[in-house]
Amino acid sequence: MTISRTRLATTTILASALALGACSKEAPAELPPTPQAATPAPTATQQPTGPTVGTQAHFEDAVGSSTVVYFDTDRYNIDSTDAAALQEQAQYIAAYPQLTFTIEGHTDERGTREYNLALGERRANSAKNYLVSLGVSPDRIRTVSYGKERPVALASNPEAWAQNRRAASIVVN
Amino acid sequence: MKFLVLTVLSAGFLTTAASAQDLGAPMIEGGQVEDIAIEGDEDAGPLRGTVTDESSLDDLGIAIPAFATDRNRETAANADGTAALGREVARVITANLRNNGLFEPTGPDSLPTPEFQQITAPAWGSWGGRGAEMLVHGYVRARDDGRLVVGCYLYDVALQDELVREGWVVPPADWRRAAHKCSDLVYSRLTGEDPFFDSRIAYIAETGPKDARVKRLAVMDSDGANHRFLTLGSATALTPRYSPDYSKILYLSYVDGNPRIYVYDIGSGQQTLVSENANPTLAPRWSPDGRYVLYSMAVAGNTDIYRVPVTGGRSVRLTDTPGIDIAGSYSPDGGRIVFESDRSGTQQCYVMDADGTNQRRISFFGGRCATPEWSPRGDQIAFTRIAGDFNVAVMTPSGRNMRVLTGGWQDEAPTWAPNGRIIQFFRTTRNSGDSSLWQVDLTGQNERRLPTPVDASDPAWGPIRP
Repeated sequence: MTISRTRLATTTILASALALGACSKEAPAELPPTPQAATPAPTATQQPTGPTVGTQAHFEDAVGSSTVVYFDTDRYNIDSTDAAALQEQAQYIAAYPQLTFTIEGHTDERGTREYNLALGERRANSAKNYLVSLGVSPDRIRTVSYGKERPVALASNPEAWAQNRRAASIVVN
Repeated sequence: MKFLVLTVLSAGFLTTAASAQDLGAPMIEGGQVEDIAIEGDEDAGPLRGTVTDESSLDDLGIAIPAFATDRNRETAANADGTAALGREVARVITANLRNNGLFEPTGPDSLPTPEFQQITAPAWGSWGGRGAEMLVHGYVRARDDGRLVVGCYLYDVALQDELVREGWVVPPADWRRAAHKCSDLVYSRLTGEDPFFDSRIAYIAETGPKDARVKRLAVMDSDGANHRFLTLGSATALTPRYSPDYSKILYLSYVDGNPRIYVYDIGSGQQTLVSENANPTLAPRWSPDGRYVLYSMAVAGNTDIYRVPVTGGRSVRLTDTPGIDIAGSYSPDGGRIVFESDRSGTQQCYVMDADGTNQRRISFFGGRCATPEWSPRGDQIAFTRIAGDFNVAVMTPSGRNMRVLTGGWQDEAPTWAPNGRIIQFFRTTRNSGDSSLWQVDLTGQNERRLPTPVDASDPAWGPIRP
C-alpha cells in the first residue's frame, strides 16, 4: 500500500501557499517550517530502514508539521492554515484505510483546569469534524482532551502558549 | 429551558469496577469520635457570657500548656506514653491557632506543665503573670480498652472562670482529632463562628517536570497531618471532591485513557464511573445531601451540566446552550446551582435553580468568572477571577460586592472551609509550573501556604468530620 506521492506533493504545495497567505494566523515562530514539497521523498517509504506504516514517524514523514493544527486564544475554529493541514491529514488517512487516529485537544495554561478540559475537547472535535467533512469516516477518529495538562512548550509567554493551543493527530497502533 | 433526559448507556447499578484502577490500598479509618462527660461536669457549668477582652482576636493571648494525664500509661498514640501525648495535643492546638492567624497562642514548650488536679482548678496566679488572657487546659487519659479520653477546657484568666469544656473518646490512631476538636471548641467559643479544624482535604499531588507531570489523588487532615496518596500515579488524576460523609471521593481520572469521573469508595478502595458512556465527564460536585453528583459531559465537543444519582441511573441534563457549561456547585440548601458558562463569549458565572430553570448571569464586573464554589454558609460565592492574572475572589450569590482576596500570578480553584470563613486554592508559578496549596481568610489579610510533601493543586476541603 503506497500513497500517491504526486497527489500528496501537490497538496503540500497548496498547503504551503495557503499558509503563507493566512497572515492573520497565530502560527508561532518556533514551529518547524511547513514541509517542502520534497519532504515526503519519493524513496522514503521504500527504504527498508524508514518508518513503517502504522507509526507516528511514518505519518510525520508524510505530512510534516501538519499533524498538528493551532488555535487562537479561547478559539476552536478551523482557519485556512488549519484547513490546509487537515487536508493533508485527510489524504494520508485515505491512503491508509487500515489505520485509526486519535486527535488530542490541548490548551495553553492561561485558563482554569476544568474549562480547559472542555475547550480541548471542543478543539479536538473541530479538527475531527473537518476531517469528516473531507470524507474521513468518524469511526476512524477518536478524540481526547488533555486541557492544559500536557504542554509541549514550557515557558509562560505568548509564544509558548501559541504552541500549546493545539489539536494533535496521533496514529493509533 | 428544556429538560432533556439523557438516554446514554445508563450505569444501572454501577457495581462493575473499572478494570485497571491505578489505586493504592484502601484507607483504614480510625472510627467515630464520641462525646463524653469529663471532670468538672458535675459543677455549675461553664460561664455563658462574653469574654473579658475587647481587643481584636488576633491580639488575644492564649496559653496552651501541655495537657496533663492522670497517670502516665502506655498508648498506641505515643511511644512515650500519655504524658508525652498530652504535650503533643497542646502543640497541635497551638499550631492550629497560630497558623490560621487567629489569636496569639503560646504553646507547651515555653510554658510550665500543669498537674492533673490543676486542669479543673487552674493556678490563676501563674497564668495571669504571663500576659495570657485565655488559658486552654486539658488532659489525656488512657482507658483499659486502649482508647483515649481527652478533656478540653477554656478559661478566662482575668475572670478566673471557665468559658467552655468538652470531652471526647478517641481510638489512639485518632488522637489528633481530639486536638482538632479542642481547637474548634476554643475557636468557636471565642469568635462565635462555626468550627473547621476537624476536617480533611483531598487534593492532587504533583511531581515531575512541566511536560511530564505525575498527578495523584491525595488526602490529608486540615493541618496537613495523616497525609496519604490514594492513587499510584500511572494515570493522571484531577479535581477531587470529598463526599459530605467522607465515605467517598469524586475525581477525574485518565485511567482508561479518557477523562472520566469516578466515585472512589474510601473504605473498600473500589471505584465506579458516574456515567457509563463514551463521552468525557468533567468537573464533579456533590449535592449537599451526598445523594447526587453534578458533573459536566462533552458530547461532540459541546459541554453541558448533568445530574445523576450517586448510586447510578439516569442522568438529567440541566443546561443546553451551545457553549461550555461547567463547574456547577450547589447552594448549601441544594436549591440552586452556580456554574460557569462561555455562552456570552467569555467565561462568566451563572445561577440556576436545581432543576435547571431560571438560568441567569450574575458576574458583570470586568474580567471573567470561573470555578464558582458556593459557601457552606450560603452567603458568598468564591471563584477564580481572570483579569490578566488569575485571582481568588468572592461575591454574593447575586453577583454583588465582588472582592479580590489574592494577588498571585495564577491563583485558581477556590474551596471553602467547613465554616465558610477561609478559602483554600492552588497557586501556579510562572514558567516553572510549580504548584502549591494556599489559604486566605475572607478579610484577605491572613494568607499562608499549606505544607504538602510535594507540589499540590485542586484542593477540596471537606465538611466537619462526622
